[in-house]
Amino acid sequence: MTELANIRNFSIVAHIDHGKSTLADRLIQETGTVAGRDMKEQLLDSMDIERERGITIKANTVRIDYKADDGQDYVLNLIDTPGHVDFAYEVSRSMRAVEGSLLVVDSTQGVEAQTLANVYHAIEADHDLVPVLNKIDLPASDCDRVAEQIEDVIGIDASGAIQVSAKTGQGIHETLEAIVKELPAPTGTRDAPLKAMLVDSWYDAYLGVIVLVRIMDGVLKKGERIKMLSNNSTHHVDRIGVFRPEMEVIDELGPGDIGFLTASIKQVRDTRVGDTITHEKKGTEDALPGFKPAQPVVFCGLFPVDSSEFEDLRDAIDKLALNDASFSFEMETSAALGFGFRCGFLGLLHLEVIRDRIEREYNIELITTAPSVVYHIHMRDGTMTELHNPADMPDLTHVDHLEEPRIKATILVPDEYLGDVLKLCQDRRGVQMDLTYAGSRAMAVYDLPLNEVVFDFYDRLKSVTKGYASFDYQMTGYETDNLVKMSVLVNDEPVDALSMMVHRDRAEARGRAMVEKLKDLIPRHMFKIPIQAAIGGKVIARETLSAMRKDVTAKCYGGDASRKRKLLDKQKKGKKKMRQFGKVDIPQEAFISALKMDS
Amino acid sequence: MDDWRNGGFGLYVHWPFCQAKCPYCDFNSHVTANIDQKIWVRAYLRELERIAQEVPGRVLNSIFFGGGTPSLMHPDTVAAVIEAARSHWPFANDIEITLEANPGSVEAGRFAGYRDGGVNRISMGIQALNDGDLRRLGRIHSVAEARSAFDVARDCFKRVSFDLIYARQGQTLEAWRQELSEALSMAIDHLSLYQLTIEDGTAFGDRYARGKLRNLPTEDTSADMYLVTQEVTAAHGMPGYEISNHARPGAESLHNLVYWRYGDYVGIGPGAHGRLTLNGIRYATECHLAPGAWLDAVSKGNGESLRSALTSQDAAVEQLMMGMRLSQGLNMARFESLSGNRIDSNRLSHLQELGMVTVSGTTLAATDQGRAVLNAVLRELLMD
Ligand SMILES: Nc1nc2c(ncn2[C@@H]2O[C@H](COP(=O)(O)OP(=O)(O)OP(=O)(O)O)[C@@H](O)[C@H]2O)c(=O)[nH]1
Ligand SMILES: C[S@@+](CC[C@H](N)C(=O)[O-])C[C@H]1O[C@@H](n2cnc3c(N)ncnc32)[C@H](O)[C@@H]1O
Ligand code: SF4
Ligand SMILES: [Mg+2]
Repeated sequence: MTELANIRNFSIVAHIDHGKSTLADRLIQETGTVAGRDMKEQLLDSMDIERERGITIKANTVRIDYKADDGQDYVLNLIDTPGHVDFAYEVSRSMRAVEGSLLVVDSTQGVEAQTLANVYHAIEADHDLVPVLNKIDLPASDCDRVAEQIEDVIGIDASGAIQVSAKTGQGIHETLEAIVKELPAPTGTRDAPLKAMLVDSWYDAYLGVIVLVRIMDGVLKKGERIKMLSNNSTHHVDRIGVFRPEMEVIDELGPGDIGFLTASIKQVRDTRVGDTITHEKKGTEDALPGFKPAQPVVFCGLFPVDSSEFEDLRDAIDKLALNDASFSFEMETSAALGFGFRCGFLGLLHLEVIRDRIEREYNIELITTAPSVVYHIHMRDGTMTELHNPADMPDLTHVDHLEEPRIKATILVPDEYLGDVLKLCQDRRGVQMDLTYAGSRAMAVYDLPLNEVVFDFYDRLKSVTKGYASFDYQMTGYETDNLVKMSVLVNDEPVDALSMMVHRDRAEARGRAMVEKLKDLIPRHMFKIPIQAAIGGKVIARETLSAMRKDVTAKCYGGDASRKRKLLDKQKKGKKKMRQFGKVDIPQEAFISALKMDS
Repeated sequence: MDDWRNGGFGLYVHWPFCQAKCPYCDFNSHVTANIDQKIWVRAYLRELERIAQEVPGRVLNSIFFGGGTPSLMHPDTVAAVIEAARSHWPFANDIEITLEANPGSVEAGRFAGYRDGGVNRISMGIQALNDGDLRRLGRIHSVAEARSAFDVARDCFKRVSFDLIYARQGQTLEAWRQELSEALSMAIDHLSLYQLTIEDGTAFGDRYARGKLRNLPTEDTSADMYLVTQEVTAAHGMPGYEISNHARPGAESLHNLVYWRYGDYVGIGPGAHGRLTLNGIRYATECHLAPGAWLDAVSKGNGESLRSALTSQDAAVEQLMMGMRLSQGLNMARFESLSGNRIDSNRLSHLQELGMVTVSGTTLAATDQGRAVLNAVLRELLMD
């Protein structure tokens, strides 16, 4: 049992790639939590996809022991969080479980959009921040400038910012001391009824559902019966422990502790993050405020390339959803693509991650349809329905009006690219809400329709600013606009998986871009193929893919028969990967690429 | 009746050496200084003996010496192989014995010797009728040398064909029309006209991959060139009887017809392929590719590196793939009896509507237009 005064709970937050996970490595190493030989870079990023992409997707908790300069032993619970905007939800809930955070800022880059977003989360959680300037080993590091920026843009005192290199280990000791001295100890009462926050939960093949908890009051022990306040379900606790970062079983968790429990819970869905856990008997009635659930904002269809793999896909999606409450799905049928699933994600990176995992861990090739957002359809009879899939757009005669989701986007960018950024936002129907400068950087705040951002806004932003802009957004609400469904016809047949919702004023431009793209993406056939974009029955753009004229092997003698047969087999396989619409084969990548805009 | 009898029986002999390697060529050819032809004769004869035991008594319709550059073979080498073949199999009365020749003066000196050894047809690789293009194709002969070699050949042989490669870098439709009419005025009764193919693993293939092989005709131009070639040769009385081969009626290459009609053929020499029907099963054979490895294997008793039984479905596909190259087309009944399936009638009528194929009775043939996109037609016909 550790005295509350000797516990410190904190998260590490930062803009993507500013070095959170590397800093966590050094803290783990410096305190001897993990033996040197077991150490590796970004130790906590344990998922394959995290290691491959070099980013953190899932927040991770570690308990470390630290003997401070004051001679006392402390227990530090550290939560490394993801930097990417799609997973901002992980940051905000992690902050609820701790009393303070290290705000890491890359001293070669300065304050970025997610740095700001993290600060807002911290303010919301009423939460102390210790600024840490990282990467001081790099020649481009400029601590004075960045400290000044932190004060100007964020408005927090950066005079005590710790200068660190998470790479070389410089400043790590000072960081540990600052955690102990500057962050508050948790509060709580040992004798009070158990009150624990369900911070996160995930599925483990051996242990079932693992629940990450933060004890607010009381004590939790193995063998006790607990109750979830949200639904009064009760469970028998069969194991409790902490992460170091491997699981270590311990006897009890007391106030201020962060650890895990297992209780033979079968599905992640049976647990609700933000819930309050107490004892079945003599528990508390007083629930914690809870978390706002993470809402999927981007939807797309996932279809197996080989339609016989539909059941395998169902299986894969079921398993992934077990572990990821923020990912939603329902079955979908498309005239074009057959059976599949309409899935909801937190953002495009989340979409990519799930898609990659299905393709690689479950070995199923997928066709991904264009991402779409959730529209609100207000019907003439006064009812409202959500539209997750443009193909489901009801008959217009029953529709009164449509609303689309909007976001508040914050973009930080060096001055010289500001013009391009403003133009991009304007092109995407953005309304400027704020524009301020800090040093040579501008901060633009825009009200934008989410559907203009969802697809390739971030790619475009990166390309017009050579990677120097950073971007963060929050959903703000729904607004009415003049939206229409644009359908695409290939060889006079509508291709449902290519239909999309667009703003009426932008329909012609989108339609034109779309048919031109498709003309490049669809291989030539033995006949010419008209490709059209239409609103209702009205064609708004048209291209014709001319017929293939030459595709024949010039020399084919006795030695070529085997080779030729094998080639044909390969081509037949390639053809199988395309989808047939009437007589036309459309390659799978067309479903996504056709929607990328060049402006 | 065994299916191969629809196509006849031929012998292919591969000679894997050339004086220089052409940058577009992916044939199994090597440039080697010292070749002991006696060793090669022994090896060819051993292989013939081995195969003859497996398929005894068949009537041989053709022999083809291909390469590489078979016109580097000593006339005695060629004669010995022909003699051995004659001792194993009865020759058909009209047996065609072709030798592929490069149009250099040295080769021309051996033509009479080949004739005396039994060769009765020459196929000469002239490739282009202007010196600039010959150089760009990496050829080591000039147009003048080619023409005089051709003259020597026509003095020695009744049947002489030659090859041209077109759709070359920088070639226009007009330039090709010109060259083609020049070629037709030289031609006797047979011509092979190949569109340049950029093959992987050749110097042209590398250059192409690096974007350094410029000015190749566009798909439209090469399609036009192909169609013009069909029209002009037909008007001249030498219509295309196969994708790239043109002849006066009756002067078609019998040997190549064995391939396209999907007969049986023995393949000997490095890298040579064969198709042999044994006990009703069609086998694909393949010999060791490297000349040394082949010689070694032969000395140990067998030059083959691979012999695999084709399923009747594979055989049906090969028969269709080869037969559709011929302008006379093929008999669908044969495909059906091999594969046990009919060709999907919806696909057939779709292709007919597009003007790609014609069907009369059980004969299926590609039109000129269809042959220009034969790969797509085959994909459509064979898609399951
Ligand atoms: N030179 C130098 N490189 C560093 C330092 N800290 C981190 N890096 C590098 O910066 C990159 C990103 O580091 P991470 O620790 O993965 O960053 P992160 O903030 O956890 O990233 P996300 O989890 O994706 O938001 C890696 O290539 C690190 O090796 C540092 O102090 N010096
Ligand atoms: C076995 S090859 C060569 C015969 C002989 N050695 C010669 O070069 O004259 C037969 C013919 O195939 C043709 N050929 C070879 N490579 C080709 C290519 N890449 N594209 C088109 N035709 C080719 C040439 O016309 C050549 O004459
Ligand atoms: S084209 Fe003929 S001469 Fe040239 S390398 Fe090929 S086989 Fe030899
Ligand atoms: Mg990280």
